[in-house]
Amino acid sequence: MQRLMTFADDWHRFLDSDIFYSFRRSRITMVAAVVTLFLILAALFAPWIAPHDPFDVATLDLMNSELPPLWMEGGDPRFLLGTDSQGRDVFSSILYGLRVSLVVGFAGVLVAMVIGVGMGLLSGFMGGLTDAIIMRIADMILSFPAILVALLINGIALSFLSQEAMHESAIYVLVLAIALTSWVQYARTVRSSTMVEKSKEYVQAAQVIGLPPMLIMIRHVLPNVLGPVLVIATINLGLAVLTEAMLSFLGVGMPPTEPSLGTLIRIGNEFLFSGIWWVVIFPSITLALLVLAVNLLGDWLRDALNPKLR
Amino acid sequence: MHNNDNNAAPLLEVDRLCVEFPTRRGVLTAIDGISMNIRAGEILGVVGESGAGKSLTGTAITGLLERPGRVAGGEIRFNGQRIDNLPPEQMRRLRGKQIGSIFQDPLTSLNPLYTVGRQLIETIRTHTDLTPKQARERAIEMLTEVGIPAPEHRIDQYPHQFSGGMRQRVVIALALCVNPKLVIADEPTTALDVSVQAQIISLLKNLCHEHHSAVMLVTHDMGVIAETCDRVAVMYAGRLVEIGPVQEVVKRARHPYTRGLMGSIPKLGEEVEYLTQIDGAMPRLTDIPAGCAFSPRCPYATARCREEKPELLSVGADQVACWLWDDAEPGTDPRQMFEGSKKPDGLSYKTVTAAEPVSKPILVCGEGAK
Amino acid sequence: MLSFFIRRLGQSVLVMLAVALLAFSMFRFVGDPVTNMLSQDASVEEREQLRENLGLNDPLLVQFSTFVSNVVQGDFGISYRNQRAVSELIAERMPATLELVAVAFVISLLVGLPMGVYSALKPNSWLSHLFQTISLVGISLPTFVTGILLILTFSVTLNWLPAFGRGDVVELGWWSTGLLTVSGLKSLILPGIMLGLFQVTLIMRLVRAEMLEVLRTDYIRFARARGLSNRAVNFGHALKNTLMPVITIIGLQLGAMIAFAIITETVFQWPGMGFLFIQAVNFVDIPVMSAYLILVSLIFVVINMIVDMMYYLLDPRLRADRASANSH
Repeated sequence: MQRLMTFADDWHRFLDSDIFYSFRRSRITMVAAVVTLFLILAALFAPWIAPHDPFDVATLDLMNSELPPLWMEGGDPRFLLGTDSQGRDVFSSILYGLRVSLVVGFAGVLVAMVIGVGMGLLSGFMGGLTDAIIMRIADMILSFPAILVALLINGIALSFLSQEAMHESAIYVLVLAIALTSWVQYARTVRSSTMVEKSKEYVQAAQVIGLPPMLIMIRHVLPNVLGPVLVIATINLGLAVLTEAMLSFLGVGMPPTEPSLGTLIRIGNEFLFSGIWWVVIFPSITLALLVLAVNLLGDWLRDALNPKLR
Repeated sequence: MHNNDNNAAPLLEVDRLCVEFPTRRGVLTAIDGISMNIRAGEILGVVGESGAGKSLTGTAITGLLERPGRVAGGEIRFNGQRIDNLPPEQMRRLRGKQIGSIFQDPLTSLNPLYTVGRQLIETIRTHTDLTPKQARERAIEMLTEVGIPAPEHRIDQYPHQFSGGMRQRVVIALALCVNPKLVIADEPTTALDVSVQAQIISLLKNLCHEHHSAVMLVTHDMGVIAETCDRVAVMYAGRLVEIGPVQEVVKRARHPYTRGLMGSIPKLGEEVEYLTQIDGAMPRLTDIPAGCAFSPRCPYATARCREEKPELLSVGADQVACWLWDDAEPGTDPRQMFEGSKKPDGLSYKTVTAAEPVSKPILVCGEGAK
Repeated sequence: MLSFFIRRLGQSVLVMLAVALLAFSMFRFVGDPVTNMLSQDASVEEREQLRENLGLNDPLLVQFSTFVSNVVQGDFGISYRNQRAVSELIAERMPATLELVAVAFVISLLVGLPMGVYSALKPNSWLSHLFQTISLVGISLPTFVTGILLILTFSVTLNWLPAFGRGDVVELGWWSTGLLTVSGLKSLILPGIMLGLFQVTLIMRLVRAEMLEVLRTDYIRFARARGLSNRAVNFGHALKNTLMPVITIIGLQLGAMIAFAIITETVFQWPGMGFLFIQAVNFVDIPVMSAYLILVSLIFVVINMIVDMMYYLLDPRLRADRASANSH
């Protein structure tokens, strides 16, 4: 009961807070939130929503290939957004592709966050050589465009794995590539916060009474950096989805057997001149919508939590 | 005495000026109906705590209020002409040319990417028809006047090559280089070392005297006011509480707030056990009480003070916004109340010697008063 | 000045050595170079001969120094995929990429700078809101989607502009340029816009944010209080102070554009270095990958240095600090 009360208190404080106020005042942010939620739900429940299973070869019928969207002449009511050259339902492909894109995006952000926070803590706490090495590596990574670093990681992984193994492990390689290119921001934030915390007396006190100061610190540092880390994560989610899509579009990401939105666009791109524009346009719109909505949320969150940056 | 030549039209008239800031929690009235005049050549000090609206008054006069701040009422007249509603371009011509400004922090007032000379010449050439060469000569002349050694050499240096005090001299040169009739100096010494503060103030005073410029000196340093100004205006929570000749206000303050303010200055050569302290803090703009804004902290506040907003009353050479003077029996001086009056917590205003009844008010605790 | 320059140069050389080490490790340890170079039915003797020729039996440090000295002389080895010297392949492709990047860079500056300045000076006008919206969409729209939309509109539907390739090129020595023919110029438009658009939004946002910050500073308020004209305050003072930090990032963006050209080149089948690189990644053509990596890093490092120098020349504070620091 007590807990419920404090929760209600917190909730009311949140409703009265500046953050929530700025949220309600910005209509565009609300729309972005709704769109994001809608897309996440659609991806989550793709197997139940999708009218077809685009990867069940048995259900594919070449007779249905290259059908235009429902509202155009020759549209088939079974295929809302038309079909591709092999008779796959574009709408269902998008739902499954969205699923893959979001899984890779979220996983990439999560792994980046773990690496970044860990590196930041280590760097800030150890100082000296460890700090110097980690930060120089961070500088190097940051001075190159993410897409190049990700491509390299992908290329190296590709050379170690056989073609089939690559298809199976593509998703892990992608997550790793995204994480390794985007952990730096978290690390820098956590590092500076750790360094501030390190000089405080309770850490020295912990040392004196023989408690592991690192553990004590983590418990103090983490709550402090939660806000900034969350902002970085939100902004980076859009970036991660985008990076995945780029790599898949370039043909080094998700294979056609398990396509993400980027892969779908890549496949559709090959039919650009054959007039079946819906194969490429709808996945593109979905991807753009997703990234735009997430970016808007990230922008708003950054402004709301740090008005100075505005 | 300046306050005697009332027939001369004031250079600057601020008449019931109101400045507002609309915010999402309602409209904040940062300046609430202030009236004050400055006569040609006169130095008017404006004092008050931080947030009392002193600087904002200066900003409103120069027409540089930043959005969403706005003049919501009243008038500002300069040389008899109304200037608060001038079109931006005309107001711009007035700035620098007629009304010079000096900012608080000399370290940030100058553009770091341009030489001192360029900034001076640019200002001179904006407001006069001088050729670049003449403007440069004028700039060097100006730097000499503000006491910068080797001006021919230093004119081509960048601001970061000057010390803080020297930079404030440059800022003064910039403010005075086209002989404005009025200079608004916003805490010109606050950011400086104590050792150079006095130099800068006396430089400002002398130069403005030579250039026949009037000065509105915004400060919270009562010592500076007492030494420099002809008249002084005291602000509290966006309102004017007292304005008058400096001797009157400093030595014979009529408003309880001014009195507390004056009592808070330590003086050399006097044995004082306690300095006056005014209990409480200035109200925030969001919750200014009804009636007199000072009433919650005022030991003499009456029911009327808490309900009715006091108007400026002329009392002698002074004007004061305090009901004590309206309610006082004719011929009596409410300041007598200040002597020995008890406050609930046992603190009281006391004087050190009987010879000078009100000149050195200090606040003494019960035991210390023996 | 000289000591600053030397220190800066030293840093750059260190970075390049680190990159070379990475490229060398890729070459040496990712897959077996011998297997990659020879056909599958090569004899054991042939293999051993090649190992010896490549110096793969030498100590690692010797191998690395040979690698570096080869690279410095422009020798990046032989492409696994088409058995040609990598340096040749890259020299063939480089003009295409550099011309594309140059066009995109000019577009992004010409559009992005004025947009950023305008929306900082008039933050509440409807046009600024429009710019803000465009920039948000621009930053969220994946560049390849932009490219596909451009092709669909201007090539497939309207049939105005070519959708792939460079058009006719003119050879000027080893440099092949598309800037001198009509079809070459027409071919540059769509990829140039695609590559430039993302930078436009970046530059616009950056300039806007930086300039808003500058406009709030005391020296700008003081410049207004001195009665300077709006024009003098906004363009004489605020813009110059805005551009100082912006130059750094715009310079770095120029490097990023060379990398982003990979995507543009893929969409438009532009015969540049990026296209070569992506093919190399797909075929695990390590020599081409490492050569591209080294080259792009070199361009990055050089741009970085130039930017630092410019900063140094433009900002009097830095100049003086260095001068006084050196005299001590």
